[in-house]
Amino acid sequence: MAGLLYLIPVALFLGGLGLAAFFWTLRSGQYDDLDGAAHRILFDDEGKPPPG
Amino acid sequence: MALSAPQRDLGLPSCCLPVAADLAAEAEALAAAATPAVELLTDGTRRLSLVVETLDCAACLPAIEGCLAGLPGLRQARVNLTTRRLTLQWDSSAPPLAEILSPVLAQGHRLAPFAPGRLDRLVEAERRLLLRCLAVAGFAAANVMMLSVAVWAGLLGGEADGGEMGPATRQLLHWISALIAVPAVLYAGRPFFRSALAALKAARLNMDVPIVLAVTLATCLSLFETLQGGRIAYFDAALSLLFFLLLGRLLDHAVRARARSAAENLLALQATSAAVLLPDGRIERLPLQALVPGDTVVVAAGERLPVDGLVTLGCSDLDSSAISGEGLPQTIQPGMAVHAGTLNLTGELRIKATAVGQDSLLARLQDLVETAEQGRAGAVRLADRVARLYAPAVHVLALVTVLGGLAWALSWQDAVMNAVAVLLVTCPCALGLAVPAVQVAAVGRLFRKGILVKHADALERLAEVDHVVFDKTGTLTLGGAELVEAGALADADLALAAQLAAASRHPLAQAVVAAARARSLAVTALPVAVQEWPGAGLVARLPTGEARLGSAAHLGLSQVAELDGPALWLRRPDGAVLRLRFRDRPRPDVAATLRRLQALGLGVELLSGDRAPATRALAAEFGIADWRAGVTPDAKHARLQALAAAGKRVLMVGDGINDAAALTVAAASMAPAAASDVAQAAADLVFLGERLAPVAEAIEVARRARHLVRQNFLFALTYNLCAVPLAMVGLVTPLLAAILMSTSSLTVTGNALRLVGRR
Repeated sequence: MAGLLYLIPVALFLGGLGLAAFFWTLRSGQYDDLDGAAHRILFDDEGKPPPG
Repeated sequence: MALSAPQRDLGLPSCCLPVAADLAAEAEALAAAATPAVELLTDGTRRLSLVVETLDCAACLPAIEGCLAGLPGLRQARVNLTTRRLTLQWDSSAPPLAEILSPVLAQGHRLAPFAPGRLDRLVEAERRLLLRCLAVAGFAAANVMMLSVAVWAGLLGGEADGGEMGPATRQLLHWISALIAVPAVLYAGRPFFRSALAALKAARLNMDVPIVLAVTLATCLSLFETLQGGRIAYFDAALSLLFFLLLGRLLDHAVRARARSAAENLLALQATSAAVLLPDGRIERLPLQALVPGDTVVVAAGERLPVDGLVTLGCSDLDSSAISGEGLPQTIQPGMAVHAGTLNLTGELRIKATAVGQDSLLARLQDLVETAEQGRAGAVRLADRVARLYAPAVHVLALVTVLGGLAWALSWQDAVMNAVAVLLVTCPCALGLAVPAVQVAAVGRLFRKGILVKHADALERLAEVDHVVFDKTGTLTLGGAELVEAGALADADLALAAQLAAASRHPLAQAVVAAARARSLAVTALPVAVQEWPGAGLVARLPTGEARLGSAAHLGLSQVAELDGPALWLRRPDGAVLRLRFRDRPRPDVAATLRRLQALGLGVELLSGDRAPATRALAAEFGIADWRAGVTPDAKHARLQALAAAGKRVLMVGDGINDAAALTVAAASMAPAAASDVAQAAADLVFLGERLAPVAEAIEVARRARHLVRQNFLFALTYNLCAVPLAMVGLVTPLLAAILMSTSSLTVTGNALRLVGRR
């Protein structure tokens, strides 16, 4: 049972990292344009118009 | 936004093609208009949001951002496809605003400055709050659940003192759960606390009151149990409850926010400044608020009209599709009345203002639309009707449980614990998800089919519809122009007409170019410049003689037979005169769609403002027995009210300002995306493309959504009927509560997703 004493904090820490990452994505505006994001992935390079 | 003809031909949307225009002037005018909307940020940079009116396809994103990429001093240029807005941020080393904007204008985009209002920020803040709360609730629920599973497993079988797990370990797990759960509940519960408090202050009950009660009671009692070293804690139930409810809230918010941003873009279309001719002859740009009736305003080609007024000088063609939905521009001469919000296409105009700001026609129409929307908000949605019965019932049940428990000589602690179990299992997890999940699935499905849902409750109303009223021009037809009997024209004549027409933005001219391309004729540039005479036509002085394309008057023809449709005249260099006729083409699938609507059991009716012969011909072509021609906007309004009084639930499909009033009184309304902005603002749903089939599709999806919502409610009710008696006698353990709650939420969501799955 002693394993719990460090396994639980480890699990919480990893979960916390995920949460922090989510907050960062939220703050950097990655959910502001979900429609655009779906299409942007198809373009070769950001800031470069597609050929033609 | 209808694709204009030559561009459709190239297979590219209108938004992605360069057009020739007086760029510099247009950019200057826009920059001046945008100046009041520029925000000065704390780090010294400036920021501006613009509505990109012509943003129709995803290919515009890299095109717009790419053309701005190299500019010095421009920190950020980002297009948002969801809100159709372009955000620019630049510092002092950047060129003047007009220079920044001109490459975007050069791509043929129409821009309007957009000043984000206070409400906007509130909505955006609300969304972020919900997302953050959802993340915290999800994180905490997952981790507490992990610990709870261990506790439940430990409670099963084994040692005589109540399970394999020792009390010390259980105590430790409970304490860790409490440490995660209490802050998480305080953080993630805020949207519910706030709303419940507001409701209680107003002495009302809403769905959030039992939620808050259940969550806080469950948390506090679990904390109390933990302090006492007890065996039962409901931390996981409180958190998963919050998680599921926040999910429902977020879905609901997404549907509403999309609807709102469409309405705001409309407001931004109004010009925000105007060039005013001062008494001393100078021209000065003034903000719109500073104008008074009687001022003379100068409007360059390509600008939107800032005021209602009378034309005092200049000729032009005016695109009034934003107001009337009429596809063909109107020829404007001195003395004519013009309206704010229309677009000046070809020549400079001077206008004496008669109504400014809130008195202009555009503003009055927006008021009308807003009033109608507020009226609609009063209609009680299905979910609210359920909630109104649900919240008091839940409270009574919980109270009965406590009193009953005490009467049965339970300790007060056990009695309250049972009441908490009742509150937890009855909590409207499934109810809170039942409607938003179906709505999001339905709206998403419609979006992929090119139908935008503008009001969150529009689908509910659409499902009830039993009668469909169509407008004619622009709704059953495409509202644009198409060259007819093109076969009668020789290749050389059509090519010459197209060479002239290529210089104009006029829709008839663009239809000529489209016809030439359809015949694979090369539209080469003429050796001389083509001149456009506003409101008249085009002239080119070729070496072989003068060629003209335009109205009969433009060619000097006086005796012209009455025509049944719009026409252009072409004079060849050798002096021969030819007539080009145009017609308004019906949408390609009108007949099939009407059959589909009739198969759905709907009555179909045609109400047109057009003259009787044209309307009769169209009605006969598609077998519409019930038609009325020459109907004024007031008459349309009255007809719809009469239908409503007769107990019909009417879907109005229309595209113009003359339909806007009718759109707002109908039970549900749709407008094509090529419609006037006012009509789009008034409509519940907007459909893209040339086909009419979306009308039938939307009704089908709405009916299926209504069916699923009812199924979901039925399911949630059955679940409660089974679980509540168990909870009242204290048979619901935390494990059972968790299982019941998640299965009901997952079933409801899964049921909603069936709408996405079926093709």
